[in-house]
Amino acid sequence: MKNRWMNAKWIGLISVLMVFLSGCGKNHLSTLRPAGEVGQEQFNLMLLSIIIMILVILVVVVLFTFALTKSRRSKVGEDFEPKDVAGNHTLEVIWTSIPILLLIILAIPTIYFTFKQADTQAMETEDGELNSEEVIVNVTAHQYWWEFEYPNQEVVTSQELVVPTDTKVYFNLHGADVKHSFWVPAAGGKMDTNIDGINSFYLVFDDEKAQDSERLFYGKCAELCGPSHALMDFKVKALPQEEYDQWLADMKAVEEPAQASADDAAEGQEIFNNSCIGCHAVTPQGAGAQGPNLANFGDRDLIAGYLEHNKENLVDWISDPESLKPGNKMTGAYDLSEEEIDKVAEYLMELKVEEGSGDVSALEEDAEESSEEDSSEEGGN
Amino acid sequence: MASATKKRGVGSVIWDYMTTVDHKKIAILYLIAGGFFFALGGIEAMLIRIQLAVPNNDFLSAGLFNEVITMHGTTMIFLAAMPLLFAFMNATVPLQIGARDVAFPFLNSLGVWLFIFGGIFLNLSWFMGGAPDAGWTSYASLSINSPGHGIDFYALGLQIAGAGTLISGINFVTTIISMRAPGMTYMRMPLMTWTTLVASVLIVFAFPPLTIGIFLLTFDRMFGSSFFLVETGGNTIIWEHLFWIFGHPEVYILILPAFGIFSEIFATFARKRLFGYSAMVFATVLIGFFGFMVWAHHMFTVGLGPTANAIFAVATMAIAVPTGIKIFNWIFTIWGGSIEFTTPMLYALAFIPSFVMGGVTGIMQAAAPADYQYHDSYFIVAHFHYVIVGGVVFGLLAGLHYYWPLMFGTMLSEKLGKISFVLFVAGFHVTFLIQHFLGLWGMPRRVFTYLDGQGYNTSNMISTVGALMMAVAVIILLINIIITVAKNQKVGRDPWGDGRTLEWSLPIPVPYYNFAQTPLIRGLDAYWIEKKENDGKMMPAESLDDFHMPNNSIIPFVISLGLFVAAFGALHFASGKEWAIDAVSDLPQHPWALWVLILGLAIVFISMGVRSWKDDLGYYVTKEEVLKDLEEQERGAK
Repeated sequence: MKNRWMNAKWIGLISVLMVFLSGCGKNHLSTLRPAGEVGQEQFNLMLLSIIIMILVILVVVVLFTFALTKSRRSKVGEDFEPKDVAGNHTLEVIWTSIPILLLIILAIPTIYFTFKQADTQAMETEDGELNSEEVIVNVTAHQYWWEFEYPNQEVVTSQELVVPTDTKVYFNLHGADVKHSFWVPAAGGKMDTNIDGINSFYLVFDDEKAQDSERLFYGKCAELCGPSHALMDFKVKALPQEEYDQWLADMKAVEEPAQASADDAAEGQEIFNNSCIGCHAVTPQGAGAQGPNLANFGDRDLIAGYLEHNKENLVDWISDPESLKPGNKMTGAYDLSEEEIDKVAEYLMELKVEEGSGDVSALEEDAEESSEEDSSEEGGN
Repeated sequence: MASATKKRGVGSVIWDYMTTVDHKKIAILYLIAGGFFFALGGIEAMLIRIQLAVPNNDFLSAGLFNEVITMHGTTMIFLAAMPLLFAFMNATVPLQIGARDVAFPFLNSLGVWLFIFGGIFLNLSWFMGGAPDAGWTSYASLSINSPGHGIDFYALGLQIAGAGTLISGINFVTTIISMRAPGMTYMRMPLMTWTTLVASVLIVFAFPPLTIGIFLLTFDRMFGSSFFLVETGGNTIIWEHLFWIFGHPEVYILILPAFGIFSEIFATFARKRLFGYSAMVFATVLIGFFGFMVWAHHMFTVGLGPTANAIFAVATMAIAVPTGIKIFNWIFTIWGGSIEFTTPMLYALAFIPSFVMGGVTGIMQAAAPADYQYHDSYFIVAHFHYVIVGGVVFGLLAGLHYYWPLMFGTMLSEKLGKISFVLFVAGFHVTFLIQHFLGLWGMPRRVFTYLDGQGYNTSNMISTVGALMMAVAVIILLINIIITVAKNQKVGRDPWGDGRTLEWSLPIPVPYYNFAQTPLIRGLDAYWIEKKENDGKMMPAESLDDFHMPNNSIIPFVISLGLFVAAFGALHFASGKEWAIDAVSDLPQHPWALWVLILGLAIVFISMGVRSWKDDLGYYVTKEEVLKDLEEQERGAK
């Protein structure tokens, strides 16, 4: 496909376009700065279609301007009687067939990439079981937060997706309450999280591109899902394979909730265990909880998905979630005093997963076991 | 006639309009009501743009913003654009084909009153506990989840207004097929009539899926069924299919009559017959046909699978071909003509590049993998405003200026018209061009705010400034209308001087029976032919004689009122009931709801019964009366 339009004339046009387009948008957020294979393919398709469309616009505008200036009444005179022309057969054939040709040029790569990008066969092994060799993430969208489960490693986290770079990351997408849509603009197009079933697709994050955006990409919900739809952001940390494996191993190593160190935090932990733990888990296990998993809360970059990560914001959030995320499910689910909230916040900020605590080699053994367990569940879908 | 109207009191004028079955008066009803809702939708648009002008704005709250965007979209599509198009269809089509009225004048009246009552009902939600907030598409999982009665107002209001539209569609199909004057063959019909015919056929096929979808939603929300409740075996994707099987043809229902208006204007003000008439007709029919085969391109990211996506991608691309044919034929219509830059012609000329830009982004979206990026981003917002404002609204504004003398017997000021044209078109491009880029930079649509530091600030501010310009343009247009009405300077037959089609052959104001004698049509642009080859008078196809006209009736108003009342009953029926969905089961119970529902439906069925059993045979206009009118016109002309 590339050879078809890579001649001298196009290169000029493309480079002009490139300057114009890629001069815009942020590395971590823009579809015009593709960070991996999927986004790149989609970007190329955009470029191809934009070039064809600019060509069409140019032809129309030139003809239109010419007709307009040539045929003004002030120019042709008040008495000029235009000749009534019924039409022209040759012209009709020309402007029917040339667009068809242009559309065929666009349709071929469209069909090719539609099928290519829908290919998620590698998620399953030949006998229909979850493929433990691949990176698979189960995404569950809630009003208004995201749960990310790594079924091969049995690790659950929320709000911050961690992925390895330079490999295909497969996603299973599902909506828990209403329909949302999972979109990491820099990495590639979106896919809906239906409540009716599971959608699967893959994205790729290039290590080089990840470095350009400080290893952090923005993700967004793209389908109207209620009042706080606009605030349903998440972050994607794209780590090199080894760091990713270490992160997973570290998460995996947390089997008991972390014990609070400071006094305030210890009290906070007790309050948390009485009021919050019904919805929020503090160990990275157990998918499908009512609220976001908080096991590595202290390590995260954002509060409530969009606020800066500090204790002040956290206290604000726990005190009055409705004012920060209207329509959320946490409002009114607990009754805590200001003092108690402060202590809980203290505790939550301490919830960090110790780096290097996990044993990477243990991951693979687990993966084999878990794939057997999970496959029975997945088979039904 | 004019002097007789002046003597009548306000009350009798209102009664006249409430009972009228005259397509010209119904056109005015559509214009006034549609214009009102257009202003309302415009105010909502301004609220949206003010909220988004700066990041982290709290001008509107999150929930209120969702209500405003939902009502903006719903109002603009169902209560502004469609009724305004119906206004011009009603004002012109019977005159263009040489008919004395539409085929079913009673249904015509019923259509307009259903739309008006449906629109009022929908907008009452603002004062009765909150407007719908699930977007104009009202996707099932969110609309089932949405607390309060907002969505119920949406479902019931659109059901009533939609019934009116469906009825009007059937009416126009019948009228155009069966009521053409002698000699008006299909291939001599003006383009406006052709596009109305195809759009009406689309209405007949596209509205039933919407009706069904809304019925299912209504039953889920109000009567305890579970078509869309996944936990009890429902499926929400079905709503998306039903909605878009309606929703995609709907955009062609909107754009085709606008194409018709533009075709008339190009030919008139270039003093040249439409280039490639038969290709234009062919393209119109083809667009209508393809319009039904592409709905799933709104659902590329739903997960229908690569086969469905690829098929719908290619089908969507195919639509570009007939649309392209139209664009080139319009250009070649003005090519070699003698262009007069009147206000309607300016809108028509501005339409060509604007619509082409909207069209090409449509084809870009047809490339499914790229659409995974565009979908539900501001790129889409930019695209559909380019086609709907740059196509439909330009068409409505062009039509308003062009047909104003035919409808009201006066001329809108050209000077003010041109000022508002410049502001509107400039404002339009300023508002929406930049939104393409916002979408590509990752801004999703339907967000009530955005954070600082994502690079969206300047562009959103530019967009808001553009919207302000459009608002000023509309205010100038309103001033223009008020001045024109106040001055009341009457114009006569063929006020533009270059009228080509039959409607311009009539005296202004057009007599209530339209044609004293049914005219004989000798070719395309019937009036133009008589002007060039004859004395400029249409040849009659029948001798002057008595003819039959329908009686006025209040029954359409009463039927619509009955449905309006019944809707309040249905609305509150499920409130607080145990079996109801979570969204309404916490609300206070209303035991009277059932009785209101029954009362409303009783009004409907009793009035239908009266209509069915009581013969209403209409009346005859006598030869003497017509002769008197003709004499008066003769004197007036001198």
